[in-house]
Amino acid sequence: MLRHATIERNVILLAVLTLITVSIGGIVQIVPLFTIETTIERVEGIRPYTPLELAGRNIYLREGCYACHSQMVRPFRDELERYGHYSLAAESMYDKPFQWGSKRTGPDLARVGGKYSNEWHLQHFIDPRSVVPESVMPPYGFLLRPLRTDDIERHLRALQRLGVPYTDAMIANAAADLRAQADPDGDHSGLLERYPKAPTGAFDGNPGRVTEMDALIAYMQMLGTLVDFADVTPESVRQ
Amino acid sequence: MPTKIEKDAVTGKETTGHEWDGIKELNTPLPKWWLYILYATIAWSAVWAVLYPSFPGLSGHWRGTTGWTQRSAIVQQMQAVEAERAPMLERIRAAALDEIRRDPDLLQYAMAGGRVAFADNCAACHGAGGEGRPGGFPNLADDSWIWGGTLEDIHVTIRHGIRNTQDPEARMSLMPAYGQILSRQEIDDVAEHVLSLTGRSTDAASAARGATIYTEQCVACHGERGEGVRAQGGPALNDAIWLYGGAKREIAAQIANPRMGVMPPWQGRLDEATIRMLTVYVHTLGGGE
Repeated sequence: MLRHATIERNVILLAVLTLITVSIGGIVQIVPLFTIETTIERVEGIRPYTPLELAGRNIYLREGCYACHSQMVRPFRDELERYGHYSLAAESMYDKPFQWGSKRTGPDLARVGGKYSNEWHLQHFIDPRSVVPESVMPPYGFLLRPLRTDDIERHLRALQRLGVPYTDAMIANAAADLRAQADPDGDHSGLLERYPKAPTGAFDGNPGRVTEMDALIAYMQMLGTLVDFADVTPESVRQ
Repeated sequence: MPTKIEKDAVTGKETTGHEWDGIKELNTPLPKWWLYILYATIAWSAVWAVLYPSFPGLSGHWRGTTGWTQRSAIVQQMQAVEAERAPMLERIRAAALDEIRRDPDLLQYAMAGGRVAFADNCAACHGAGGEGRPGGFPNLADDSWIWGGTLEDIHVTIRHGIRNTQDPEARMSLMPAYGQILSRQEIDDVAEHVLSLTGRSTDAASAARGATIYTEQCVACHGERGEGVRAQGGPALNDAIWLYGGAKREIAAQIANPRMGVMPPWQGRLDEATIRMLTVYVHTLGGGE
């Protein structure tokens, strides 16, 4: 039997025993998540982000949008009535890292896709108070600058290595898909085949060039739109 | 650090037995009532862990003897809420739109429900009171309607939206970019003619030239005297309401490279009863026909 005084006086022994104790707690909490098959629900429709949406998501992270906006509709009545169906783990399975957030200075964005027009998003990013007078959101008009696109394949490849199911065809077509999504008159057949339900259009009102605004609005417009909740029941998403 | 419990001579209490440089510590245990509450909560947590989902395992987790899950609990809660609302919502779904407006009970319910749904979903573009926003988000509280202000018109607009890509039945019209069709001078003339529709023209010759082009190009959607054509969603040009500005420069810019409003479809995102309540709410904002 180890005596209290013995442990306290031997720093190595204390460190080893502390490590063992903390590991047990960690293993009990974390390991089941890897082995329980239903941690992530099986629902139809979830796909990886298109290159343009992914670029928009990167801007969302860069600008720290998560500090004020959550992306997690919790299973409470008030949230369901305001935002729609509660969020599923599957809906953020390709988010690395996920954007659930922890504070709502602004509204939750998990289901903002399709709720407003592109024009509204554009005007709201340029001057939030022109459409929402009580808003405290800073203006983001500077996003109307060209989007950096030369590294988009590498972004997809990095996520592929992390387990996001980007195919080699998706990576090979990344730059073309990115431009096609922001072009209302472009050929969207390949894009929509690889990424069903992807919103297309001149998100920033200017089809001529792809801006950071295009990317961010494309990301906004797809959030929460992938799963058709008509066929989701508590039993089908039971964890 | 010898651990020797002894009695302190001054206070009569026992020490903890620890000593640091000659300083000893009195042993003052937690009050009994506090400890017993702690033990009770520990015992209760064991009961709780049996009743509710708790311990993870390798292929699942303990589901609890009550079978409770947060996801089925919220479904039941929402069903209870819906059951409570069902009698009124059923009547709202079944009634014709103008019946809702005439029946005081239904109207009161629809106005309350419509106001909440409007604040959540519509106010971002149309303003908290339906007063519209600069930049092409129309005022819904006046009697100037682009696609029609009857209950039926408003109902269709809310359900299917305008010029969106999601709903094939969305209201659709497209103003050509006349910057690629007309010369700069011609656009200037048409803008001058549009100004004349509200008596603001300062160049009669230019306005007359513009009138000819207007007759050929614009009448189908904006009407002979600029009164607007609702079937085409062509806004009136003969009043003081301007979506994208009423100065000549702004009118010319709109002719050359028009901006057109887009509204998402709400069918699917909102249920039919909510859409009907919204319809009546918007209709009563001030301009309903």
